[in-house]
Amino acid sequence: MRTPTPSQTVGPFYSIGLCRRAAEALDPDGVELAGHLLDGQGEPIRDGIVEVWDPGRRLWGRSGTDAEGRFAFLVPREADVLEAFVFARGLLRHQRTRIYLRDTEDELLRTLEPARRATLVASTEGDGFRFDIRMQGDRATVFFVH
Amino acid sequence: MTLAADPYEGPVVLPDDPSLGPEVQVDYPGYRSTRWRAPKDPLVTLPEELHRLDGPVFGESALDPLDNDLTRQHDGEPLGERIIVHGRVLDAEGRPIRGALVEVWQANAAGRYGHEVDQHPAPLDPNFSGAGRCLTDDEGRYSFTTIKPGAYPWRNHDNAWRPAHIHFSLFGRLFTERLVTQMYFPGDPLFAYDPILNAVRDAAARELLIARFDAERTEPEWALAFEWDVVMRATPFEQ
Repeated sequence: MRTPTPSQTVGPFYSIGLCRRAAEALDPDGVELAGHLLDGQGEPIRDGIVEVWDPGRRLWGRSGTDAEGRFAFLVPREADVLEAFVFARGLLRHQRTRIYLRDTEDELLRTLEPARRATLVASTEGDGFRFDIRMQGDRATVFFVH
Repeated sequence: MTLAADPYEGPVVLPDDPSLGPEVQVDYPGYRSTRWRAPKDPLVTLPEELHRLDGPVFGESALDPLDNDLTRQHDGEPLGERIIVHGRVLDAEGRPIRGALVEVWQANAAGRYGHEVDQHPAPLDPNFSGAGRCLTDDEGRYSFTTIKPGAYPWRNHDNAWRPAHIHFSLFGRLFTERLVTQMYFPGDPLFAYDPILNAVRDAAARELLIARFDAERTEPEWALAFEWDVVMRATPFEQ
């Protein structure tokens, strides 16, 4: 097994390389999945990126955060759970989480305490979904070993 | 060397500690932006099958013409030292990953990014956007033509300068074979002062971020060349 190339932060200027093409629509006819990326002081992370992947439908998307730390995708209405990565200045390696669009009797969710579990489940908002990502704090999103 | 009471007021570069392995420290005191952003709770383990998901596949449609030549994306040529940066993308067992999407971005020769947030008072170059991408070939090879980026100041600590680097983003075969990192140039005197490079606490692992000058690939009367291979990490179950 070779030693892997170490990770380094995406830095503050990633949009030059990673956001030249719009990639927010996994499904152009889908519904909005939006949220805010927040740091340990509750401040918006304005230079973050969220990538999501629906492995069953093989749909991928990427959204840089805006001045309010907001990211947004169009996702299939019927999607259940999305795999997600979070990148930002100040993250030496990206973090992995999962976005459950509905609260299911998932074996993984069952192993988490209710408050932790709740950080992985989106709420419905209008026609779509809302999912905030908190890097630290009492309501910190669950991140996974990867 | 010991840390001050507030680790964030401690030394910018900590002494090497190979016992920490090649891993990047998630929260590295010298790099101040980690403080409120790096997760503090222990990471949760996922079942093995979620480490083996296929990832997205990007085809030729993800590319524009001249995406791998950053010196020809405008009417004129950018200022700076023309270079070729090439190498292979490999999995943890050393097998080439073909069709991997490689995205790069960088500062110009003066150390300025073409990004509105970058306020370093160095000139922008109207002939340099500083972004490229390509797909690896059947042997996992990628290649870019670009100019050598300049070092630049950042405000992490007093008189902080980043060593010259090119940002790389790579997708492997598996969803988890995803890497964002930075490639450095050999012999840069700023290495010893940079908390981002030194967040990799093992000196041998840090070397993996530094390209090799490649005399053979240098093109006479045209461009110097650097070679840099990227190895994706295995799943936690294989490490």
